[in-house]
Amino acid sequence: MAKVVPLSEAVGELVRDGDVVALEGFTHLIPCAAGHEVIRQGRRDLTLVRLTPDIVYDQLIGMGCARKLIFSWGGNPGVGSLHRFRDAVEHGWPQPLELEEHSHAGMAAAYAAGAAHLPFGVLRGYDGTDLTPRTRVAPLTCPFTGEQVAAVPAIRPDVGIIHAQQADEDGNVQLWGITGVQKETVLASERSIATVEEIVPRFEPRPGSVVLPSWVLSAVSLAPGGAHPSYAHGYYDRDNAFYVAWDEISRDRDQFTAWMREHVLETAGVPA
Amino acid sequence: MSAAYAADEMMAVAAARRLADGTVCFVGIGLPSRAANLARATHAPECVLIYESGTIGAKPEHLPLSIGDGELAETADTVVSVPEIFSYWLQAGRIDAGFLGAAQIDRYGNLNSTVIGDYDHPGVRLPGAGGAPEIATFCRETFVMLRHSARTFVQELDFCSTVGRGRVTAVVTDLCVLEPEPESDELALAELHPGVEVDQVLEATGWKLRVNGDVRAGEAPTADELEALRALKVAGAEDGA
Repeated sequence: MAKVVPLSEAVGELVRDGDVVALEGFTHLIPCAAGHEVIRQGRRDLTLVRLTPDIVYDQLIGMGCARKLIFSWGGNPGVGSLHRFRDAVEHGWPQPLELEEHSHAGMAAAYAAGAAHLPFGVLRGYDGTDLTPRTRVAPLTCPFTGEQVAAVPAIRPDVGIIHAQQADEDGNVQLWGITGVQKETVLASERSIATVEEIVPRFEPRPGSVVLPSWVLSAVSLAPGGAHPSYAHGYYDRDNAFYVAWDEISRDRDQFTAWMREHVLETAGVPA
Repeated sequence: MSAAYAADEMMAVAAARRLADGTVCFVGIGLPSRAANLARATHAPECVLIYESGTIGAKPEHLPLSIGDGELAETADTVVSVPEIFSYWLQAGRIDAGFLGAAQIDRYGNLNSTVIGDYDHPGVRLPGAGGAPEIATFCRETFVMLRHSARTFVQELDFCSTVGRGRVTAVVTDLCVLEPEPESDELALAELHPGVEVDQVLEATGWKLRVNGDVRAGEAPTADELEALRALKVAGAEDGA
């Protein structure tokens, strides 16, 4: 059963230095408050996993939390580059960042395999690209048809972290709208945290929703606004202006560090 | 006669015209999303727009800033998970047309969206492959949209993120349209936008571009196309974004 605990306690107990950590969200329900808590608690040497690392990963990388990134597209959606990610890869600041990169389809197959506790995922892909020698992908022959396919190793994080709209009082979690790879992230991970907009006595059924029973989660934490600057469908809209503003804030190391100090380090879990 | 228009508007119109009504289309953010939504607003109202966030049949009023804006989910016929969109829908071959951008393209339509310079010591680290490799592989037609310059149209890619050879149907730029020659797969100048000279295209291409014997003269945007294009506002733009 998931424990319903404050976010600082969930992160303190479940995220450890050196862990493989996936904070997932595909443009919607990105667990930014949880990422900020990881930064505040000073975690180091993390291997971060995500299809689409965006602002909160830029922040984790720029604050020196990450040793390695496993990903398929790292940018500021609709705006441009992630400057802290680029600075780490191009100049090793604040420390070098090892990369393992895939295509989205490869990452998706690897998460689905992880959720099933299978050793690898299968897809038709990677053939002929320069990604092949740079990443963990292997050719595989179908034992039934002889077709050549690609195998990618399953993603099995130590900790999976997601944000959802609601939990009930027993720690069951419900999310709806664009649900990305959040179900796979929780089911693939050894330990997991869901932050939520609100805790309700009982769920109303929602078409197309994903419900994660309390017993597949380690901890549930209340974090209203915890997806900002991304959005929580039915609660608040995407703060597109902030994505644009981040381009400027993150461009300069000192300005970035000052912003993080004011809006993340010196706060107590209030979403920036 | 049509009114004055910008080169980017011509590019969006030229790309939109290539989408037949009813096409099931995998759309990326930026220029492709603008073109696909223009098609839907003009000659192709039954176009099915699929964004890689899992929204199938999205009908946005505003151009989204990200592939997962809330409006896409609210207006979609259905929303599926990311593993599902890439396996059951894209890899299963249910999508007619894909649109891609890139930082570099070579003479065969292969694309780089990973790195400028050496992979281990990059000059510019770019976002990465994203959905592009499988979009190019599994859509029946793949359109590439790029602003034309010798920095983008290069002799040799710094990194091949996506194999376009034999897969790219057309490259639509702000100057022209390139299409692959059937025998060699090599891109050749096939259509010039109004007011553009062949020499301009050759200068903006980093390899010796082949020119089709019968280069078509593209048609300027119609007043209706321009009006529909300019009515497409970016989400959040009202807030100064």
